Amino acid sequence: MVPVTYYLILSAILFIIGAMGAILRRNAIVIFMSLELMFNAANLIFVAFAAYYQLLSGQIIVFFVMAISATEVAVGLALLVAIFRTKQSIDVDQVSSLKG
Amino acid sequence: MDSISPFSLIQWTVFIPLIGLGINLFFGKMLGEKVSGWLASLAAGLSFALSAWIAVTLAADPTPLIVTLANWFTIGSLQVQWAFRIDTLSVLMMLVVTGVGTIIHVYSIGYMHEDVRHNGDPGRYSRFFVDLNLFIAAMLVLVTANNYLMLFVGWEGVGLCSYLLIGFWYEKGAEGIGNAKAAKKAFLVNRIGDFGMLIALFLLFGAFGSLDFDTIFGQASQVSQTMVLAITLFMLLAVAGKSAQLPLYVWLPDAMAGPTPVSALIHAATMVTAGVYLIARTQPLFVAAPLAGQVTAWLGALTALFAATIAVGQSDIKKVLAYSTISQLGYMIAAVGMGAVVAGMFHLATHAFFKALLFLGAGSVILGMERGHETGHAEGHEDNFDPQDMRNMGGLFRRMPVTATVYCIAALSLAGIVPLAGFYSKDEILAFANQGNFAIYVVLAVAAFLTAFYIGRQVFMVFFGSPRSEAASNTSESGSLILVPLVILAALTVLGGEINLPGSVPLEHWLAHTLAQMKTVDFSLSVAAISTLVALAGIGSAWLMYGCKPMLAPQARDPLDINLHWLFLGMQHKWWVDEIYGFLIVKSYTWSSGVLARYFDQGLIDGIVNGVGKANVWLASLWRKLQNGYVRSYALVFLTGVAAIILFIVFK
Repeated sequence: MVPVTYYLILSAILFIIGAMGAILRRNAIVIFMSLELMFNAANLIFVAFAAYYQLLSGQIIVFFVMAISATEVAVGLALLVAIFRTKQSIDVDQVSSLKG
Repeated sequence: MDSISPFSLIQWTVFIPLIGLGINLFFGKMLGEKVSGWLASLAAGLSFALSAWIAVTLAADPTPLIVTLANWFTIGSLQVQWAFRIDTLSVLMMLVVTGVGTIIHVYSIGYMHEDVRHNGDPGRYSRFFVDLNLFIAAMLVLVTANNYLMLFVGWEGVGLCSYLLIGFWYEKGAEGIGNAKAAKKAFLVNRIGDFGMLIALFLLFGAFGSLDFDTIFGQASQVSQTMVLAITLFMLLAVAGKSAQLPLYVWLPDAMAGPTPVSALIHAATMVTAGVYLIARTQPLFVAAPLAGQVTAWLGALTALFAATIAVGQSDIKKVLAYSTISQLGYMIAAVGMGAVVAGMFHLATHAFFKALLFLGAGSVILGMERGHETGHAEGHEDNFDPQDMRNMGGLFRRMPVTATVYCIAALSLAGIVPLAGFYSKDEILAFANQGNFAIYVVLAVAAFLTAFYIGRQVFMVFFGSPRSEAASNTSESGSLILVPLVILAALTVLGGEINLPGSVPLEHWLAHTLAQMKTVDFSLSVAAISTLVALAGIGSAWLMYGCKPMLAPQARDPLDINLHWLFLGMQHKWWVDEIYGFLIVKSYTWSSGVLARYFDQGLIDGIVNGVGKANVWLASLWRKLQNGYVRSYALVFLTGVAAIILFIVFK
């Protein structure tokens, strides 16, 4: 069996890549992809520990996370479409009129 | 009627004028002139009737009585009550105030009727009577007070009424604010005196623990003499302010800007005598500190002389009388300073009679001049004409006989010609000075000569000779509402000497019940003869200069000017005292207050307060930059926060 640490490190790297992507990219779809990456990194940790401790609850949570993330992307894409109708662009830097 | 004692009703002497002024205040315009004026006079008259009843009842049993109305406040060990003191001294003052006050109220009905029309605002009539009634109420609080704080309430009240009445025509006067400035000057100079009174009150509480008269006078001998001296000297400052002595007399001549009944009542007969009353009342303290008495006597004597010299050079009929008032007040202050309280109060009463008569007579003359001016010229004539300037008058005896006769009676009384009232009272003061302090006697005698001279000069310039202007030749006698009070006061002037005729001295016996130490003097024929000679010499020299060869034109040079040019210039310019005060005190004060206002108040304090606001705005403008609208930066902050929390939990 591969030690759990390897899974944790992989998951951390994936999370950081996802976080950086969510902060540094301007394209809204890319940001959604990065969010999915962060979700999957979390999922990986859940599954790794579920296998390590021989628990089932870790795997059940992964199902919940996947369902929720799907919902959230659906809502987010609907918002994105609405914004595109007004701004004709999916650059998140252009949605910045609520400023002081 | 015999079983009811009027003593318990004494507070009504104050309340009735207050009710009168309340009615006039709210319904005055509705009631019309006649009702308004007679209502106020009725209120004053009722006060007088009540005072007279109290006086008669007191005569039967003259022990002092204290009527406590209510408790004012108790703070720590100091308890002050609204308490009225009925004793012979306060009743004497009550009679003078309400008696002369009622006569002047009646006079004002006729006088103000003409005056409001001459000045163009008939709607202001009832306001005059509101202020007059308020004055009577405040003055009565002053003289019937049983403790120094209540006395001070009355003191401030009469100062307020003086301000209100001097500035009655507030939009008139030199450059449209002259009257208002005169009122302000009176109030401010009096304030300096009030400062002295307040310090005296503080010292009184500190030394005696109470402000009640009986407590203080009972312990007068047990307190250190320096303390008593300090108290009496500060009270002297207050007296110098209220009773217009050196150096705080400068407000009284300016106060002549008010209507003439005001000058008669407040600035001749009653308010200015409050200082004399204060010293008479505080006599036990002055006895305990003889130096204060000396200072007071000299202050009064010097003021008497100084003011008399200025009166000689004035050409405004009311200014002569104003300086005459200051001078006669000097006599009274000198008398009470020397310890001759009876003589001082006697002169207070007779002076009230003849000075009020002089002022009211001058008012009648001024009305006549205004009438003459208006009949002679059509409407819209440029008003450079001063109806109060004596150089425009002359020969009024034929045209205003009643006024002229009573005026001459009052003038003779002021000069001190036997058997008028002024002779007896002034002579008593002179006799006392002769016996006690010869230097003061000389000063007062010289002042007496000048008194006779300036009043003779005034009478000859105004009533004799021939008219020097159209207005003077067109004058007519005033109406009966004006003349009847004059005649009543003339009768009092003639008979007033009976109050304290040498021999049967009723006033002395009356006041003996109140005053602890009475100093009296026997009638001295030599002093009486000398003072009569001095008075006749004064009138005689006035006749030589002004009666023999009267001035023919308003612009003619005053005979004194021809003979004593430089002296006359000084006397005419009031010895430049106002200018000296302005240069020394007023200029530096207004300069420093300007500096404080501009640099300290506007610059520093406003700067700090506004600065706090500006700093707040600047700080907020920095914080504002956090909200830049970019979702990515919000996400970054989010992430940083989460990382910080996790680090904290892991490494706690």
